[in-house]
Amino acid sequence: MAEIRLEGITKVFDKKVRAVDDVDLTVADQEFMVLLGPSGCGKTTLMRMIAGLEYPEHGRVLIGGRDVTDLPPRKRRIAMVFQSYAVFPHLTVFENIAFGLRMQRTPKAEVTRRVEGAADLVQLTPYLGRYSAQLSGGQRQRVAVARAIVMNPAVLLMDEPLSNLDALLRLTFRAELKRLVAELKTTTIYVTHDQVEAMSLGDRVAVMREGKVVQVGTPMAVYDRPATQFVGSFIGSPPMNFLRGRTERENGYARVHLGAEALTIPALPARTDGEVLVGIRAENVVAEATPTPGAIAARTEVVEPLGSHLLVTAIVGDQRLKIQARTDFPAQPDTPLWLRPEPDKLRWYDPATGQEIAAG
Amino acid sequence: MRAQRLGWAPYALLLPSLAFLAVFFAVPMVRAFGLAFRDAGGDWTLASWRTMVDDAGFREALRTTLILIVLIIPVQFVLAMAMALVVNARLKWSGLWLYVYAIPLGISELAAGIIWLAIFDRQGWLNSILEGIGILDRPFIFLNYQERGWLIFAIVLAEAWRATSIIMIILVAGLQGIPRDFFEAADVFGATTWQKVRRVILPMLRPSVQVALILRTILAFQAFAVVIALAGSGTTVLSAEAYRWYYTIRDSHVAAAYAALILLLSVACTVLFLVLLPTREEQMG
Repeated sequence: MAEIRLEGITKVFDKKVRAVDDVDLTVADQEFMVLLGPSGCGKTTLMRMIAGLEYPEHGRVLIGGRDVTDLPPRKRRIAMVFQSYAVFPHLTVFENIAFGLRMQRTPKAEVTRRVEGAADLVQLTPYLGRYSAQLSGGQRQRVAVARAIVMNPAVLLMDEPLSNLDALLRLTFRAELKRLVAELKTTTIYVTHDQVEAMSLGDRVAVMREGKVVQVGTPMAVYDRPATQFVGSFIGSPPMNFLRGRTERENGYARVHLGAEALTIPALPARTDGEVLVGIRAENVVAEATPTPGAIAARTEVVEPLGSHLLVTAIVGDQRLKIQARTDFPAQPDTPLWLRPEPDKLRWYDPATGQEIAAG
Repeated sequence: MRAQRLGWAPYALLLPSLAFLAVFFAVPMVRAFGLAFRDAGGDWTLASWRTMVDDAGFREALRTTLILIVLIIPVQFVLAMAMALVVNARLKWSGLWLYVYAIPLGISELAAGIIWLAIFDRQGWLNSILEGIGILDRPFIFLNYQERGWLIFAIVLAEAWRATSIIMIILVAGLQGIPRDFFEAADVFGATTWQKVRRVILPMLRPSVQVALILRTILAFQAFAVVIALAGSGTTVLSAEAYRWYYTIRDSHVAAAYAALILLLSVACTVLFLVLLPTREEQMG
């Protein structure tokens, strides 16, 4: 059992930069939690505080119910995969993987057994006698992973472990890592700035910005219902569309004015009145070549064929949005088209704060 | 191909330093060897070497030199390593310690010897303090020329004080070349401070340790002014014997034999360190 609980964690650098600002976060036992955010959002600092490589100014870190806030890393039962891998150049692959066990003075026979087991899991068996300089980037990454999992840690920490690999390897390793962690059932925290990685790996994703956690949820929930405009534009490619609009209620119906166009919809969140930001994902807008009831008139600006679909940049009034259209859609730049957003996929945000206006 | 286009320019630029090395190092060295292996008439002979070895001061000088090396170098390495780790710890003020530690480097060897003489002398600071706080009722003679142990102890102390920081600076430079991730990985995987030093820092610092060992050993073979200042004629070392034969006895052939011996011992130690601490390329990331 190793649930991680962070309570009011704050880290201040140089007495003024709040790298991590009053973060509360609970990671369930055996859960794979991804910390996602742009560079400088505090995600790595937060992980380093869980590792014990940094100490928070305020707040507590609990692992498996035990307060480890002031304990050094070696007393926390954690293991970590570093972004640079930090594979010791003076040790062989075998000794690198064995490093943590040796520090604990594990009996020789057990070291051999466990190292060989871990090496087998990451397909490093033929390379056990080599030195780091004789390995490829991908192999070094495997050494770093094996060195961590061989410890049977209560918590596995990974700091952007795939970011130094080329695109193709990254794709392969992502799936491999997911399989491995699912097999091990270790509570895992994974830091990344890559939203695709976060979506594909995490049981849950914690999106961070400027030292704060802005949203925690399953990848699909975070994607589908971004809590803020920032989350919507950070997650997803293309980012969620946000259109300035004005709402109006009339005989049980509601209407959103987008410039000269108006969209009639069945319901609005209770607190919506006046100016709003309407959020909609590209794949939740149906493109029509002819005027259709419930659709708004727009103009095609750019058409990008992406193989599986077309990415169309359309203009409504003076606002741009990106939509997905089927490959057989007759899109041409500077021609009109009609857009029908799926009503249940519309999201509402306060234009002043960027916060979602909860459904009512 | 670039070298071809540069033509003679690089060699011309190297010329001043080559000339300097030739005039001030190569020529004197060859001449010293010439002096050591020839007699006054210019004939090849080992007579100077025999005189050197048979002299009463030789065994004393060789023994003291080796004892000093064996004592000073480990003491200095342990101290320098500890100092380097303090400087590299990036605690508050740890950068300041680099400068504090480096102060003795700015003091000449002879001045350092005189400072320590002023401490250990019969009327020196140490005796004044010990008398002042009532531990001694009359001065203790630390630098008793009959007591070689105390003399060597004083020399080791003075040399450690004077020249430990040069090792520290080499080690600090080496430490700063090691990415912090390696130290943090050691922390995460359960290394105590001692395990971290032994299993990670020292092996990764091996090239720097090698350089520092070679440099420090060569300098220890040349120890001279501190020994003269503290021990006078109480004990002697190889370089002091070379000096004595040249200026007091005025036999430049035997003096040259001593100089050649110091050089040969230095080369032998350098080779020993290169063999004992090989830097294999595949281990150096």
